[in-house]
Amino acid sequence: MTDISMTSAQSQSQTGKIVLRWLLYIALGLFALFYLMPLFVMITTSLKSLDEIRTGDLIALPREVTFDAWRTAWSGACTGIQCEGVRPYFWNSILIAIPAVAISTLLGAMNGYVVAQWRFRGANIIFSLMLFGCFIPFQVVLLPMARTLGIMGIAGTIPGLIFVHVIYGLGFTTLFFRNYYVTIPAELTKAAKVDGAGFFRIFWSIFLPLSLPIIVVTVIWQFTQIWNDFLFGVSFSQAGTQPVTVALNNIVNSTTGVKEYNVDMAAAIIAALPTLFVYVVAGKYFIRGLTAGSVKG
Amino acid sequence: MKSVFFGAVSATALIASAVHAEPQAEVLHWWTSGGEAKSVAVLQEEFASKGGTWTDMPVAGGGGDAAMTALRARVLSGNAPTAVQLKGPAIQEWYEEGVLADISAVAEAQGWADVLPASIAGHMKCEGTWCAAPVNVHRVDWIWANADVLEANGIEMPTTWDEFNAAADKLAAAGVIPLAHGGQAWQDATVFEAVALGILGPDGFRKAFVDLDMDTLKSDEMKAVFDQMRTMRGYVDENFSGRDWNLATAMVMNGEAAFQIMGDWAKGEFMAAGKVPGEDFLCASVPGDGFLYNVDSFAMFNVDGDDKKAGQDLLAELIVGQNFQKVFNLNKGSIPARIDVPLDEFDSCAHLSAKDMSESSDNGSLLPSYAHGMALRGAQSGAITDVVTAHFNSDMSSDEAVNMLADAVANSM
Amino acid sequence: MTKWLEENTPKLVLAPSFIAVLIFVYGFIAWTAWVSFTRSRLLPRYDIEGLIQYERLFASPRWDTALNNLFVFGILFILIAMVLGLILAILLDQNIRTEGAIRTIYLYPMALSMIVTGTAWKWILNPGLGVEAMVRGWGFESFTFDWLVNPDMAIYTVVIAAIWQSSGFVMALFLAGLRSVDGEIIKAAQVDGIPTWRIYTAIIIPSMAPIFLSAFIVLSHLAIKSFDLVIALTGGGPGYATDLPATYMYAMAFSRGDIGQAASSAMIMMMVVFAIVVPYLYSELRSKDD
Repeated sequence: MTDISMTSAQSQSQTGKIVLRWLLYIALGLFALFYLMPLFVMITTSLKSLDEIRTGDLIALPREVTFDAWRTAWSGACTGIQCEGVRPYFWNSILIAIPAVAISTLLGAMNGYVVAQWRFRGANIIFSLMLFGCFIPFQVVLLPMARTLGIMGIAGTIPGLIFVHVIYGLGFTTLFFRNYYVTIPAELTKAAKVDGAGFFRIFWSIFLPLSLPIIVVTVIWQFTQIWNDFLFGVSFSQAGTQPVTVALNNIVNSTTGVKEYNVDMAAAIIAALPTLFVYVVAGKYFIRGLTAGSVKG
Repeated sequence: MKSVFFGAVSATALIASAVHAEPQAEVLHWWTSGGEAKSVAVLQEEFASKGGTWTDMPVAGGGGDAAMTALRARVLSGNAPTAVQLKGPAIQEWYEEGVLADISAVAEAQGWADVLPASIAGHMKCEGTWCAAPVNVHRVDWIWANADVLEANGIEMPTTWDEFNAAADKLAAAGVIPLAHGGQAWQDATVFEAVALGILGPDGFRKAFVDLDMDTLKSDEMKAVFDQMRTMRGYVDENFSGRDWNLATAMVMNGEAAFQIMGDWAKGEFMAAGKVPGEDFLCASVPGDGFLYNVDSFAMFNVDGDDKKAGQDLLAELIVGQNFQKVFNLNKGSIPARIDVPLDEFDSCAHLSAKDMSESSDNGSLLPSYAHGMALRGAQSGAITDVVTAHFNSDMSSDEAVNMLADAVANSM
Repeated sequence: MTKWLEENTPKLVLAPSFIAVLIFVYGFIAWTAWVSFTRSRLLPRYDIEGLIQYERLFASPRWDTALNNLFVFGILFILIAMVLGLILAILLDQNIRTEGAIRTIYLYPMALSMIVTGTAWKWILNPGLGVEAMVRGWGFESFTFDWLVNPDMAIYTVVIAAIWQSSGFVMALFLAGLRSVDGEIIKAAQVDGIPTWRIYTAIIIPSMAPIFLSAFIVLSHLAIKSFDLVIALTGGGPGYATDLPATYMYAMAFSRGDIGQAASSAMIMMMVVFAIVVPYLYSELRSKDD
């Protein structure tokens, strides 16, 4: 091969790369459009007045932009006798979601670490049994769980809801961490053991720093599931501990009342803001090889 | 009037003497949106003005399905709410589970038996004792129309189904959608029972949907009901599937469609849009005799503590009280359950409803709505709705539908 | 004693979670099995009555539809969401400058409650309001997209909305997997002149087998529990054409006061899941032991 042919091939592949790059961005953009379509409908609807919704095209852009619906959804919509919007319920959801996500993620990480790296006899069976727990329909557990919570004395309380969410999140968090940790070579643990490091030491100083991408995924999953949960929230709460999804449902699902679609849409977006916030913040830690290189090299 | 007055005095005396605790109530209900919520807030204000403390436990969704889910969980965890919005045979079902409280003392002191129509009072009783307090009477068998559209096409409100079909054909020819409808199971059922009331007549309706008489369910008249449903399917536009009822109402409002068959909560939508009954829109009962009611009510659950029991008595008294019955129903679009409330402030549709209710109460054609859970237990009414909606949304023949109906009802027992 | 503790630490760490799962999953499944043999209505009762609930279940045409839909919906949803998630993750793994923003756009549908997004989808898919009307408005008069109102096609609209909602999370899972693949190996392969697509098919994707398992479990979990989605989008309609076992079960247990019937449908549903998931789990976990 001569130098010349080399450069021409290179420049050819260079233009090829640029074309590919453009195709890549176009593909990503088209997918983004698909994902954004319903959000577009929701936002435009939330900016319309009720009269415009009643008379106009539901999909069209608003003729007159008004933020009244957003104000109503946040602090004025009726969720029962109180007409204070979704605001008062936010705090309950935060009190439920943060501890439940933290506890279930930590337990999942430890469980995954055990199942993937400290195999003992029967570990795989235990793991399979926990996995199958992911498939139990929540409608099935409502009634026996209600009874159990009653016996435990935490029916209708926030600790009760945290408890339920942790229990039914364990299968997933364990699964995520286990499947991430099995890809990490077992030699690593062995070498650390030879160096005299114990169970917790290895977890804390080797595995946890390696786990950022999977922690992101787990937190995203758990936070979304718990924040958006309605079934447990509505069944195991009482006046004063209802989460924001119950409030949203009360605004949206009126039976025989006048439907205010603009307020519904605004309330739904507001209720989703904390989850979106988590996605953006947690997403930052998605970077490849943040610390991975140091171990794998 | 006099007896009511004395009743009120004695009940107040009864509460005052029997209980010194401050009345408490945690109330589970599904009235969460604008007008509904305002209506129930009236009750809370009255409750508070009598010294009571109201804890609100609203759960909307699916016409009370979500609230009933919460209720089961609450009862099983041994933490039942004080008062719960319950209706129809569900009241008796919960009574049979042994969890409802007896409110006969209040009911008798207030003389409920004298002011409630007999068939509605029947729903409030469990084995002879009073176990629930009625709030309102929604009429289900209404037909709503756009006044301008009817006038422009020279159509009168139909009084028979043949007239309705003739009018609909005329409207369709003129390019107007004859019937605004939302293809959700409960809406299909609402239209179905309106048609059934017209074709089967009040007695036939009772036999079919209260007594579940197999011969009536399989009869030729029932086939005729399904035939008419097939005809109605032709009067609905193509995109009706899954449409919310209020969007269907909007179609009538802006002249896209001419008629809608829906309970009187539809009136609230018209009113909210600033429309005037009798001028912009018309209300009439669907062709045929009779009156299908959907009565909301509250039942009291067994709870511990004198303060909660006092709360239950006070709530029951206030719910059936004249003032609440008036204010609540003005907001809600329905009419009072008790017949001695002055209706001066109500609109013309409500007057019609009240007149028809008292007439049909006298001649025995005041009937519970099956589609809204007043006539049958959930398992049976649900089984019927499955068949109705399957028929309406496919090309099933009426013969097939009738057989499926009988099978489904038998299988639901 | 310390030696024993040291040896058994892993088991002790796992024990509380395992016990909780035994009670709150398997205990409750046993409870459900028991109730499915009773005539429980409004509240659970415990007098065994035999197989009556299962007979009723299989006599119900609505249950047939629901079970059928579970297969159609489940297979399409899992397959498409998995493929789409993987493609998106690979596309996004090419050092995209705006990765953060695009990733959030793909993920956000998960954040929104389906109670309301269902309404938005309903409008978009409705022939009179949404895509069909829009494309016809552009002049393509014969364009038809009426799946939502067509009983035979409506289930596919549920698939579309479900994929929209959860493919972003699958992408995130795969992205985490891609990021855990050793960068050195990829670099070495690039130096050897192996084309990028070969690197993906021969090196990276095979090393992500455990991530596929996670994605599969998450997606089947979502498929089985798709409840809000159906309720908000089609309400089970037209008729009950888009009913799924989860909606059937909920309707029986909570709106119809027929808990025995709901329990029997839950048992059948879990058996179906068991029959599909267990062989997969078995092969997946066994190969890991080798």
